[in-house]
Amino acid sequence: MKKRLPKGWSPFVVLLLLLSLWEIIVRLADVPEWFLPSPTAILHEAITGWSNFSGHMFSTVQLAVLGFIIGTSIGLLTAMLLHVVPFLREAVYPLLILSQNIPIIVLAPLLVVWFGFGLLPKLIVITLVCFFPITIAALDGFKQTPQDLKTYMMMAGASSKQLFWKLELPYSLSSLFSGIKISATYSVMGAVISEWLGAQTGIGVYMTLASSSFRTDRVFVAIFAIMIISMLFFAIIRIAEKRFIRWRIKEEEKE
Amino acid sequence: MTLLSLQQIRKSFGQNNVINDLSLTVKKGEFVSIIGPSGSGKSTIFNMIGGLLTPDDGIISMNGQKINGKRGSISYMPQSPSLLPWRTILDNVVLGQELQGNVDKEKAAEMLTKAGLGTYIHSLPHELSGGMKQRTAFIRALLSPQPIILLDEPFSALDELTRAEMQRWLIDIWEQHQPTILFVTHNIEEALYLSDKIVILSNRPASIKGSYHVPFPRPRQGDIMLDSDFLQCKKDIYRALTE
Repeated sequence: MKKRLPKGWSPFVVLLLLLSLWEIIVRLADVPEWFLPSPTAILHEAITGWSNFSGHMFSTVQLAVLGFIIGTSIGLLTAMLLHVVPFLREAVYPLLILSQNIPIIVLAPLLVVWFGFGLLPKLIVITLVCFFPITIAALDGFKQTPQDLKTYMMMAGASSKQLFWKLELPYSLSSLFSGIKISATYSVMGAVISEWLGAQTGIGVYMTLASSSFRTDRVFVAIFAIMIISMLFFAIIRIAEKRFIRWRIKEEEKE
Repeated sequence: MTLLSLQQIRKSFGQNNVINDLSLTVKKGEFVSIIGPSGSGKSTIFNMIGGLLTPDDGIISMNGQKINGKRGSISYMPQSPSLLPWRTILDNVVLGQELQGNVDKEKAAEMLTKAGLGTYIHSLPHELSGGMKQRTAFIRALLSPQPIILLDEPFSALDELTRAEMQRWLIDIWEQHQPTILFVTHNIEEALYLSDKIVILSNRPASIKGSYHVPFPRPRQGDIMLDSDFLQCKKDIYRALTE
């Protein structure tokens, strides 16, 4: 326990150092604000511009959460389907990896062509970035179920349905959660990218407006907001994970 | 009354004949041990009775009904405790019942208490010692509704002291409940101490080399292991095994 406190705090110390360094350099070299604003200038803008920015931020959070939920569900369903039908797994798994090589930035305008400017193309973008980590993590988790537990279940007469729901799915939870954590942070990025497609509000919109009018300080406000939201998402998932798989965490502590 | 019978079972994996013309019967309430050299196909026999493998030839029947390749006819206790790590001890021991349909948690809690695991009912498996985990696994098998329990070298991973304690415990429980048990081991003393009948397997391809009736009365006393009769029996079986 003694070691834990400095461990948790060290990133903050480093971050603070980096920000101070940034501040000092900007001030000493007299860098123009439109080129690179100092951290204090960014903070100032974040506070004074909050009433304008908060609307954009909540709209992005909403979009990200919705997209994350859809992406997670689709990812999990895909994993289940591929796990239950081995033939599909063999046929589709390589394609899944290939799908991740399509640059979202290129795909996004196409989605607008196909589906217009509404909610649908945005959700598709977020889903595309979210589902992959979940599917891979879940498939790995199902596969890692120890053979001795499986043998016991089968000898005791478990049907393949029981085997899945009572053993493989609960066992995969810890692996699944690593996927969910990655997806949760991706979802924010996905939401921002999808807003570039054309939206009324959102951090993506705010960012585009800010950069085209050389309000670099606002661009940085947007960047920091994205980082903070992603971190919050990550923290929420981490709390959920602790609740769900207490046994795993306790086991690890014991070792 | 014959509960489980294996008639002229044969099983090969490719060119490799593992089991050849193996016949065996277990009566209701009987404690039968199978003893044989390691790699003699004991697990294959269990997997066939459990329905995970189908014999190439022969009939496996339970209560007169053919169960070749049919899963769920037996209750099983493997070498490793195989408890689900996220379930409490109570939820673990009812797993066998749960798979078959009816769960009786009250009875389960009562048996756990009798087995000295009362304070651990709501604990997770990793909080228990190796011996306690094996007890839990055995109670799970005992609570399962199937008429026969298959035990696959359940004590082989335990240290010597725990092992002796577990044997003592198993025999107490057996004498209380009289379940039908088919027990695989490679330990002659263990087989002699626990069972009514010992079946000796030959090397590959495995078949029954001999069947040995254990003459000691029940309830078994812990000190029979030091008896000269006991040693004589051990010698006989050892000779039969190595012949």
